[in-house]
Amino acid sequence: MLGKLTLSAIPYDVPILVGTFIGAAIAGLAVVGLITYYGKWGYLWREWLTSVDHKRIGVMYIVVALVALFRGFADAIMMRSQLALAYAGNPGYLPPHHYDQIFSAHGTIMIFFMAVAFMQGLMNIVVPLQIGARDVAFPFVNTLSFWMTTISFLLVNVSLFIGEFSQCGWLAYPPLSEQQFSPGVGVDYYIWAVQLSGVGTLLTGVNFFATIVKMRAPGMTYMRMPVFTWTIFCTTVLIMVAFPILTVAMGLLGLDRYLGMHFFTNDGGGNQMLYLSVIWGWGHPEVYILVLPAFGAFSEITQTFSRKPLFGYKTMVYATASIMVLSLVVWVHHFFTMGAGPNVNAFFGIMTMIIAVPTGVKIFNWLFTMYKGRIDFHATMYWVIGFMITFSIGGMTGVMLAIPASDFVLHNSLFVIAHFHNVIIGGVYFGYVAAMNFWFPKAFGFKLNEAWGKRAFWFWFVGFYVAFMPLYVLGFEGMTRRMNHYDNPEWHPWLLIAEVGAVLIACGIVCQLTQLYVSIRDRNLAENRDLTGDPWNARTLEWSTSSPPPFYNFAILPEVHELDAFAHDKEAGIDTRQAGGNYQPIHMPKNTACGFLIGAFSFVMGFGAIWYIWWLAAVGLIGVIATVIARSSDNDVDYYVPVSEVARIEQEHTHNLMAAQAAE
Amino acid sequence: MKKKILPRLTKLMSLSSAALLAGCSWDTLDPKGVIGAQEKSLILTSTYAMLLVVIPVCILTLLFAWQYRQSNTAAEYLPKWSHSNKIEVIIWAVPSLIILFLAVLTYQTCHSLDPYKPLEAEANVKPIHVDVVALDWKWLFIYPDEGIATVNQMAMPVNTPVDFRITSDSVMNSFFIPQLGTMIYAMAGMQTQLHLIANEAGDFQGESSNFSGRGFSDMRFRALAMPADQYSAWVEKVKASSEQLDSASYPKLAAPSEANPVEYFSHVDAGLFDDIVAKYNNGMVMDKSTGKMLHVQQSAMSDMNMKE
Repeated sequence: MLGKLTLSAIPYDVPILVGTFIGAAIAGLAVVGLITYYGKWGYLWREWLTSVDHKRIGVMYIVVALVALFRGFADAIMMRSQLALAYAGNPGYLPPHHYDQIFSAHGTIMIFFMAVAFMQGLMNIVVPLQIGARDVAFPFVNTLSFWMTTISFLLVNVSLFIGEFSQCGWLAYPPLSEQQFSPGVGVDYYIWAVQLSGVGTLLTGVNFFATIVKMRAPGMTYMRMPVFTWTIFCTTVLIMVAFPILTVAMGLLGLDRYLGMHFFTNDGGGNQMLYLSVIWGWGHPEVYILVLPAFGAFSEITQTFSRKPLFGYKTMVYATASIMVLSLVVWVHHFFTMGAGPNVNAFFGIMTMIIAVPTGVKIFNWLFTMYKGRIDFHATMYWVIGFMITFSIGGMTGVMLAIPASDFVLHNSLFVIAHFHNVIIGGVYFGYVAAMNFWFPKAFGFKLNEAWGKRAFWFWFVGFYVAFMPLYVLGFEGMTRRMNHYDNPEWHPWLLIAEVGAVLIACGIVCQLTQLYVSIRDRNLAENRDLTGDPWNARTLEWSTSSPPPFYNFAILPEVHELDAFAHDKEAGIDTRQAGGNYQPIHMPKNTACGFLIGAFSFVMGFGAIWYIWWLAAVGLIGVIATVIARSSDNDVDYYVPVSEVARIEQEHTHNLMAAQAAE
Repeated sequence: MKKKILPRLTKLMSLSSAALLAGCSWDTLDPKGVIGAQEKSLILTSTYAMLLVVIPVCILTLLFAWQYRQSNTAAEYLPKWSHSNKIEVIIWAVPSLIILFLAVLTYQTCHSLDPYKPLEAEANVKPIHVDVVALDWKWLFIYPDEGIATVNQMAMPVNTPVDFRITSDSVMNSFFIPQLGTMIYAMAGMQTQLHLIANEAGDFQGESSNFSGRGFSDMRFRALAMPADQYSAWVEKVKASSEQLDSASYPKLAAPSEANPVEYFSHVDAGLFDDIVAKYNNGMVMDKSTGKMLHVQQSAMSDMNMKE
């Protein structure tokens, strides 16, 4: 009746997990209690959980990403502490069974639920506004994407308290991840979480590709598209190309595990090398899926705070597009040491290092955007400058790894760990945090606190170097990744330094939380409120509407005559909003619970399949199908906003604008 | 606030570069064999080439950020300037040239350091053969020419090329002796090859560099490089062991064990390595020299349990 699920699946004998469970339960009850106390359930359900508004979905994505960041970071600092302790006979406090789950969960969570979710949140909040659209192409699909990501993250967290998570690393290489060597439910949790969230990400890719192709404001040709939109455009192409490969990889591994097939097993004609090729066929484009939007955000921020247009817009676009193409032909560099011939290795090595050219050009473009500007050292600019330096170093170590003969001694060592954290923290994370600071007032109508933003930056920046430079050294000392304990005395001091770095990063995260708290507390102070909708004197269309924007974004769709349309309009004295113009009724989608329901049923299906509770999985699957049918036959999915309502909202913003101008 | 950035950053930069230079005592940067030495020099050359761009970029970033700060109204401000063909040519050309240099270097070293390429030895030095099997969680070394086998310890004479054939009787591992250079994956049913040489005597750390499960952290071995006479003595020592490795004792050895001690086997069944490879290939094994699949001779391991 309950498949593999028995009481022994509850890890009540592991104090760390019991403590975590109690903490999570108290926090969860507190949140539920507060929502009930303030009677906000209806509001939450109507305005957020069932919303198809891209801005609200974007905010929810980022909330999920921040929760994932805390979970992933908790894993990280536990690993660092284990390695600081587990030296010379001391087993540390995490036995392999637990430690192996932690590093597997850390990677899985940070990539799929921190970075990918954060990226989708940013594109949701920014892209439709930036191209002058009222929503995305498929608003219902958007909410579905969000819920698929969220329930997958929930599934990973359920594995903490019911059963176990994968112990095979974040990419679950077979044959270790096959039934023969991993008979528990851990790998099944991994497969279902990755598979279900992959549905969400793929749909987001399709959705935003269609949005950018079809819904740009009149006059916005491709070469007048803001750079952030360009990077998202390339990202969506990569998502559409790469995520189906991931689906196939997980599907085949699942067939091996559930139906006893032999795609990647040792015996029966299986081939583990095939899995590496397939998973990295997704895995390498994935890092560009993550970093291209960060590049876009840096471009927007640098030009805005340098008070000057981006240097070499066209170069930037071509560089982005060429990175997009090149990223699809480099995946073999993840397994140079598998015995491929010298010509194969040389080809993939050289293709990899060619990516350094457009990436280097981008760095120079930001550099020359600052050149002869008037740089306002807002907190976001700190992240930009920290990024340019850190990412240059990370790029350099990346090229070192791209040379196969260097990789022969560096592969799978802590050098690799240092390298990809160097580019993922220094590139992706710095970019997303900068973007969050930059676009926060657009989403909420008030600015984030600058002092705490700068403190967060300094802790992250210094913490990153203290935590990861020692890992480069350890890589040169021959320390491999995923070790649980060691007895080499030369490694110990470096691992102690890295632990200090992890603590500094923890301080950075505390500063970010404080920044949010202080900003929300002081949101009504005059200097924090954004009444004009354009707090940074920025250049692109999202700043031409109010902050937060009305749910329909633009009462009258803006006309685009040039790149940086809003900057051009401000200079020429054109009112981009065309306030008081000829308003028309606005066609908008209705909120729907279907995305939530499909997500919830998918969760049930995944949980049932993980534990071999087949009737439960069937209930979930039938629920998904029934909801899809119900949604498809529902014709009442949209409505028109009357002109009077539009005029009232626009009038209010005009009033705010005039008050703000008078105050100046 | 800006004042704080410069000194802190420069300090960090100089610290990290000092750390890089101090690296001469680190394993992979302290090679004891010609392969490792060439890989070290490749790493250093490529790093220097890239520093030609990376250092100026870091300096320019800080310089521009400082020079064009908002409060420095003396600096030139060009609010419209966003294009220059001259600069564009330079920023595409410089990285391209460096990558061109590295690409040539990559192509050459892919061939010269190909792990499958036999090493050239001095005249009258014959390479020794070692067959390596990754097990849960230990390393089995078979010396087919001497008919002996060891666990978690291997030895080699100095200045003598070592020809490794590597496979796994479990999950994927990677065979790595950092101070000698190149690592290569060990995979069930497959034979990967590796050619290394130790040019100095020493006791080197050897490890698995691909995560293989619970006992992975203790899956370590020592690689002893010693003068030829001592090597002969080591072989004799192994031959003096009372343990033997045959179809009866192999399954016991192959069963999962953690932090396995060093073991010596005075005799090993000929063809054990081929049998281990062949049992995942319907009894076939690829001949290294011809690339043809051959049936393994009668299997001493016919009763060897295939892990299911």
